[in-house]
Amino acid sequence: MIKKIFLVGNPNVGKSVVFSRLTGVQVISSNYAGTTVEIMRGFLRSGGREIEVIDLPGTYSLEPGSKAEEAVISLLNESDRGTTAVINIVDSTNLERNLYLTLQLLEESLPVMVCLNMCDEAKHHGVSIEVAKLEELLGVPVVPTCAVTGLGIKTLIDKLENVKACGRVKSGHQERWQAIGLIVEQVQRLSHRHHNLREILEDASVRPFSGSLIAAGTIFVAFQVVRFIGEILIGRIADPFFVNFYQPLLDKLSSFLGQGSFLHHLLIGDFIGGQIDFEQSLGLLTTAPYIEFAMVLPYIISFYLVLGILEDVGILPRLAMLFDNILHHIGLHGFAIIPVLLGLGCNVPGILATRNLESRRERFIAATLISIGVPCVALQAMIFGLLGRFSGFYVSGVYLVLLVIWVVLGVILNHTVKGYSPELLVEIPPYRLPSFSTLWKKLFLRIKGFLFEAAPLVLLGVLIINLLLYFKLFDLVTGIFSPLITGVFGLPKEAAVALVMGLFRKDVAAGMLIPLSLNVKQLFIAAVLLAVSFPCVATFFVFLKELGLKDLLKAFLIMFIVALVTGASLNLLIH
Amino acid sequence: MKARQKGVVFEINAGAGLKNKLMSMGVYIGREITKVSHIGLSGPVAIKVGRSVLVLGHGVANKVAVEIHD
Repeated sequence: MIKKIFLVGNPNVGKSVVFSRLTGVQVISSNYAGTTVEIMRGFLRSGGREIEVIDLPGTYSLEPGSKAEEAVISLLNESDRGTTAVINIVDSTNLERNLYLTLQLLEESLPVMVCLNMCDEAKHHGVSIEVAKLEELLGVPVVPTCAVTGLGIKTLIDKLENVKACGRVKSGHQERWQAIGLIVEQVQRLSHRHHNLREILEDASVRPFSGSLIAAGTIFVAFQVVRFIGEILIGRIADPFFVNFYQPLLDKLSSFLGQGSFLHHLLIGDFIGGQIDFEQSLGLLTTAPYIEFAMVLPYIISFYLVLGILEDVGILPRLAMLFDNILHHIGLHGFAIIPVLLGLGCNVPGILATRNLESRRERFIAATLISIGVPCVALQAMIFGLLGRFSGFYVSGVYLVLLVIWVVLGVILNHTVKGYSPELLVEIPPYRLPSFSTLWKKLFLRIKGFLFEAAPLVLLGVLIINLLLYFKLFDLVTGIFSPLITGVFGLPKEAAVALVMGLFRKDVAAGMLIPLSLNVKQLFIAAVLLAVSFPCVATFFVFLKELGLKDLLKAFLIMFIVALVTGASLNLLIH
Repeated sequence: MKARQKGVVFEINAGAGLKNKLMSMGVYIGREITKVSHIGLSGPVAIKVGRSVLVLGHGVANKVAVEIHD
């Protein structure tokens, strides 16, 4: 009886999609190698039994090379062979390369079943595979599937009981490739087709000139689309909802509670100009939901929609190639562009994705640069909201300053951090048309994650500020920091509360700046400081977990220096 | 090796770890590869191996010796 199933396969063959299909657990899947950095577990319910399914990170071989591969090998070795099965997920469009891992699994005498995934795409590419012949040659069950649509998954489950080990003789690299050559020759038929538009685009996107044009164009359009959708969601949906439907309700509650009572202060907050001001009242039912749902959530939705499309089309690994040269100057290689782009959404998945970088030095540099120089979408949304009122020039200015910090700090880290940085070696996936269901599921998961993780913190942040105001404890906090805040950064001392709040949540912190009625220069400096200063509490913990206390303290010290230097120089330079 | 040129790998002059990784990704001795492109003078190189496209950092690409077909 099988109790445990491991999903093993090359990177980017759709393991996570198969995992979702088998267990019903929704996980994020994209079109690039290394989407899954954590080992996912779930349960398959079949015939009244529960079988544990474990989705492993992608691996090209069973020889330990990277951290992900070592994890796969040790898990496979620990498992009890009698009750374990391995589903080897194979990309049908690239049978030859995928079979290398298959043969290694067979040589280890593991009970294996081969899942020929993406069979629809293979057909489209003119690749046909004789399943029965392949079964005979490998000696294990082979099931063609198309996990995105769910085709073949039922057969996969039905055949699980037939899984057995077939002990192939161990061999070396060259012999294995020879054996694969023979197998592929017998089972695979290719019908020749002319180059199509997709292939022409694929080629163009890895050439220096056309590739750079495509990349620059894509990044520009992506950014514009994020802003466009974000603004529409705010202007057409979120704002009208708050003003037309929500405010009348709050007005009733307000007159019921009576101005001046503690509960009124807590829930509604202070009246600004005789009425509720969603940005400045600072109540748990006014400012807290407004920041989260009307200022940040619209941009979360638009950012992750656009990122999801870029991920699934397969643009990101191509950017890795184009950015390789530049990133070498800051001690990283091209692949680091992916954690950075994810960090633009939220620093937490960005830092988690640095697991795809091999050396500790690279991971430290990448994680530090992400937490200092890459603002999350929640903070960016607030910066759009705050500085966008003056002009787009200031918004671009913030990005420019952050880019300068990023490059300068990167070069310094590259020359000071010890250790080695390995070279880029990555597979470029074909361009794919994103599937609507994958996109939608991914967007839904990310929005859900934001709501569940951010909402309580936003509420707590506003609560703390609200209580500080009520008990008139503001001066206590501001007093300590005023020499630094006023003297060095040129901000009013009340801004200290916002900067300290930045430790907690960047969006709430930026929201605290609104009632201070800062001038443009002060707002600009405060926005940059919020972006470079300490990471929010979630980033803090993931950094600690991923890189340990020593590295966290080092990064913290670097952040402090960067914030000090940047704030002071901006204060001196801008007039 | 120029873009669109084909060649056969005859030596991989790398440490065991990198060699294993290249081998398992399909770059082995005797394998025919096609160069797709490169970026800059000391930048990464894209090659086509079978049905997959791999990008090799400049240092990695330097370690793979290829005999060029005419």
